[in-house]
Amino acid sequence: MALSGVEIFKLLPKTNCKKCGHPTCLAFAMKLAQRQASLDLCPDVSEDAKKVLGEASAPPIRPVKLGVGDKAVKMGEETVLFRHDKRFVNPCAIAVEVKDSMSDTEINGIVEQVLNSEMDRVGQKLRVDAIFVNNISGDAGKFEGVVKAIAAKAPEVPLILSTTNPAAAEAAVKAVADKKPVLYGANDSNAEQMANIAKTHKVPLGVVAKGLDALSALTEKIKGLGVEDMVIDSGARTAKEMLRDNTYIRRAAVKKGNKSVGYPVISFAQRDDVMLETLVSALGIAKYSAIVVVSSIEKWKNLALFTLRQNIYTDPQVPLQVEQKIYKIADPSADAPLLITSNFSLTYFIVSGEIEGSKVPVRLAVMDTEGLSVLTGWAAGKFTATKIAQFIKDSGVENEISHKELIIPGYVAILSGALEDKLPGWKISVGPREANGLGVFLRSR
Amino acid sequence: MAFTAPNETYSGKVYQVEAGTDKTIVIGGENVLPFNSFEGNMPNRPVIAYEIQDVPPDDWPDTLKKVYEGVSGDPVTWAKYCQDKLNAKAIALRLIGTHPDRQNRSAQDAAKTVKDVLAAIKVPLIILGSNHVEKDTAILVAAAEAAKDKNCFIGKALEENYKTIVAACMANNHKLIAMSQLDINLSKQLNILITQMGFDKERLVTDPMCSALGYGLDYTYSVMERIRLAALTQNDLTMQTPMLGDIGMYAWKVKESTASEAELPVGGALEPRGIAWETLTAGALMIAGAGLLIMRHPEAVNAVEKFIDELI
Repeated sequence: MALSGVEIFKLLPKTNCKKCGHPTCLAFAMKLAQRQASLDLCPDVSEDAKKVLGEASAPPIRPVKLGVGDKAVKMGEETVLFRHDKRFVNPCAIAVEVKDSMSDTEINGIVEQVLNSEMDRVGQKLRVDAIFVNNISGDAGKFEGVVKAIAAKAPEVPLILSTTNPAAAEAAVKAVADKKPVLYGANDSNAEQMANIAKTHKVPLGVVAKGLDALSALTEKIKGLGVEDMVIDSGARTAKEMLRDNTYIRRAAVKKGNKSVGYPVISFAQRDDVMLETLVSALGIAKYSAIVVVSSIEKWKNLALFTLRQNIYTDPQVPLQVEQKIYKIADPSADAPLLITSNFSLTYFIVSGEIEGSKVPVRLAVMDTEGLSVLTGWAAGKFTATKIAQFIKDSGVENEISHKELIIPGYVAILSGALEDKLPGWKISVGPREANGLGVFLRSR
Repeated sequence: MAFTAPNETYSGKVYQVEAGTDKTIVIGGENVLPFNSFEGNMPNRPVIAYEIQDVPPDDWPDTLKKVYEGVSGDPVTWAKYCQDKLNAKAIALRLIGTHPDRQNRSAQDAAKTVKDVLAAIKVPLIILGSNHVEKDTAILVAAAEAAKDKNCFIGKALEENYKTIVAACMANNHKLIAMSQLDINLSKQLNILITQMGFDKERLVTDPMCSALGYGLDYTYSVMERIRLAALTQNDLTMQTPMLGDIGMYAWKVKESTASEAELPVGGALEPRGIAWETLTAGALMIAGAGLLIMRHPEAVNAVEKFIDELI
């Protein structure tokens, strides 16, 4: 369980030596309690204290990594139940299932889709994170062959290898051990052998049991066998079971300090009905899964799930921002109107959406207000006449357009006089206060 | 070690609100977080209402318009289609044609539409204005009178115009939808102002303002979670109203649900993309606490209904 600042303070040297960069040991203890500082900064802390603090400061859900390199996926490390309390840490990975019983063409098709799944949204690169290779055939040789083929075709994509057969597990894990796949399928009857394989090849182990009692007993047993990195599955398959078990697991780990379930959770969303599968995946993303396994990765489905994941995992304290530049909407000609707004992503999305809806071609100048909305940006001195004038001059938009008129949001109508002073020769017009007035405004010009 | 289930018991409970007279719907009533029936009761499943309009849906994207081709020209035909062919459990009539920037229809026009639609359906009716602060006061008062004693949901009352709308709902025996802008405190304040007028808090539905997937959904999601937690953990009597997710009108106007595959290659096929956008917006907000959803596409509605089947 997490210790309070005062409890941590009692374990520190109390010398106020400032070597950690904090004015006093108490100040340092407070930072440690909030997880904003690392104990390594204190050169004089005792080994005993290190041990106690190390255990207490370990995140309630163990960090586990899937894969290696740039595309490796970090899981776990979550500290809260609700995103408004504190940012959710590691976005839920989307993994697509490949069955080793599928034809080579089918398998290649899915791998191609994974490789082409990357997209950019609000400056973040989003993609299908991993491939879940399932030993449906039950055949060890076939499984190894498919795993090798996928690894050769998609060398950077993290893999989850699913089998309950230790012989198949050994062969497949050995073939791609350097890629640090997760080996999924340790259960009550194969735990020793599977733990051994995971230990030998230093890969995380996916542990599956029926129910939370059995699961927590099994993770303890496997930990005793020397495997620390695990991914857990309580056997929940319906949405109702998923929500119940994921909630219990997150609460037990975060609020009760139950280490036996303090691991990332893998959930299975595969359904015959693709829209229902999308919804069950969404449940996993919103409610505590670290990996959601899906059966298909259509582009529209990826876009919807990635967007939801971004919404859920974004920091509620830090607004998403878009890049400062002049955005061209609907191929504007030189005489198309020029509008300006702030770079708060929500402002940008809503304003650009309304402009697109109006079908009027426009240049939209999006200014860096550090993610503040128009009115807040103005109040905070980030959306001022001087800054807007500077941005318009620097942007070079003057060379692209045949007029000198800038339309500002109605909420900052007050800026029009000052802007005309700062931008000599320009006409400053005042647009609507709310984005939903833009359609009528633009069409009536 | 055996796993001890970390159950929560809450002191608060969401009000149960009923609408309709012939066939009725009931929302709310849960004493747990959404679908957490493993530790308490969630007696009523969320209700999805089909959205129709008083004027043809010219501004809806083609993907959606074609579903209602042949019926959307007339609100009565449209309402009957939703009830009889799509098995709608409730109908949400949006009087968007009353907006001054649209057809600027009068209060008399609106009242007639409401009467005609009510005469044609048995399921409960949700009556929505055009969200024009001044115009809505006249429109919703006329609508509330036209629907007297039909036990409708009427909205949306905003901080700027709630007084006349609340009075009309009281005088004509309706339930009220109160909307504030994405802020738990504003939402609480509006609920208090409305109940201070003598309006029964157990006849109220809160709309904390919807937003579409990718366009502020994170805000609506968290405001809803916070309202629900305040209701349950703090037993805050002013926050125990069921919540509305006005999904369709937000989900169907963003780029992802309207742009063709040529314009948005990364999004793939347009039709399932639009449906998925409405489906996920609804699914996420239902998980956050919405008990009443207003939606447009039948396939999105069906997907969410199947999801509810799996969750309860």
